[in-house]
Amino acid sequence: MWNSFRTDGQVSIATQIITYPVGGEQIHAYVARPQGEGPFPGVVVVHHMPGWDEFYQEFTERLARHGYLAICPDLYCRFGHGTSDDVTALVRSQGGVHDETVVADCGAALAWLKAQPACSGKVGIIGSCSGGRHAVLVASRVPGFAAVVDLWGGGVIASPDQLSPARPVAPIDLTKDLNAPLLGIFGNDDRSPTPEQVNMHEAELRKLGKRYEFHRYDGAGHGFFYYHTPAYRPEQAMNAWNKIFAFFKEHLQG
Amino acid sequence: MCTMISNTVGVRGAAKGRPGWFSITKATVGFDHPVNGGLEHAVLLDFSNYDLDAGARIAVELDLASARALVDKLTAAVAAAEAGGFAPDSETWR
Repeated sequence: MWNSFRTDGQVSIATQIITYPVGGEQIHAYVARPQGEGPFPGVVVVHHMPGWDEFYQEFTERLARHGYLAICPDLYCRFGHGTSDDVTALVRSQGGVHDETVVADCGAALAWLKAQPACSGKVGIIGSCSGGRHAVLVASRVPGFAAVVDLWGGGVIASPDQLSPARPVAPIDLTKDLNAPLLGIFGNDDRSPTPEQVNMHEAELRKLGKRYEFHRYDGAGHGFFYYHTPAYRPEQAMNAWNKIFAFFKEHLQG
Repeated sequence: MCTMISNTVGVRGAAKGRPGWFSITKATVGFDHPVNGGLEHAVLLDFSNYDLDAGARIAVELDLASARALVDKLTAAVAAAEAGGFAPDSETWR
């Protein structure tokens, strides 16, 4: 649970920007690790459409404070560097980051975590917005994840006209290949995904006998964790964070 | 991109930001999460020249009503220029 540390406990973390190999390239990533020897479960953190930004660095740190060795790859780093909003605009001008590179970068991040002496070998994946869709996509394509968390991922369901060279598939069509339990967190006022799309995703998971739990929040729309925006809904966000911690505890620490 | 709404067109022209004027080569029109403002989604308009660097852009975020009004005024200005004979197609940005 959030804010349940003992005041005499060890809750320090260390953070670092690293590079790790993906094919012949070096990918830029933010890593946060708890103090101590471990072993710690790992989490791949998939940033949202607005980029590899300060919110996602703090998001990664929060997971480390709760005992996870967390890595957040800079999925836009191949496009160049600048402020996160400038890099995001550049990526947008080129039709968005390609699913294939996201799958490769997150798959290599999983391998990087599993190779760390401080990692227990159990690794989850979490993302919000486009990162929620990417988390579902990656967990459906790359074996080895023990838990996946989709925070209001838009585009898990996509009509044919919404597919593009960068996003050639709708992740819902890969549900049969999803072999990690899935936690979904959604706002009922969201328009991407809509409540109807969330229901369709749940129906597909149920039909194929997948392990999942979905939580839907009234009074919340898209991005309700984003405390730097008017979308923030503190009560719903903190309830959902506790759902995440409980889910990761069950599947990554058990 | 969450909405998957983004279109880019090559343009000839110039834009001015804090560092001053620079030539622009692209205009991107999207509809997605704005960096500023209180909207979940907004029209995102970027005039850019990424041959210079990732920061070489002028960014504008508008609500839909403003974007519609802007489209009307752009269309009206282009129509008036054409009707007045001020802007033959042969005259392009140098």
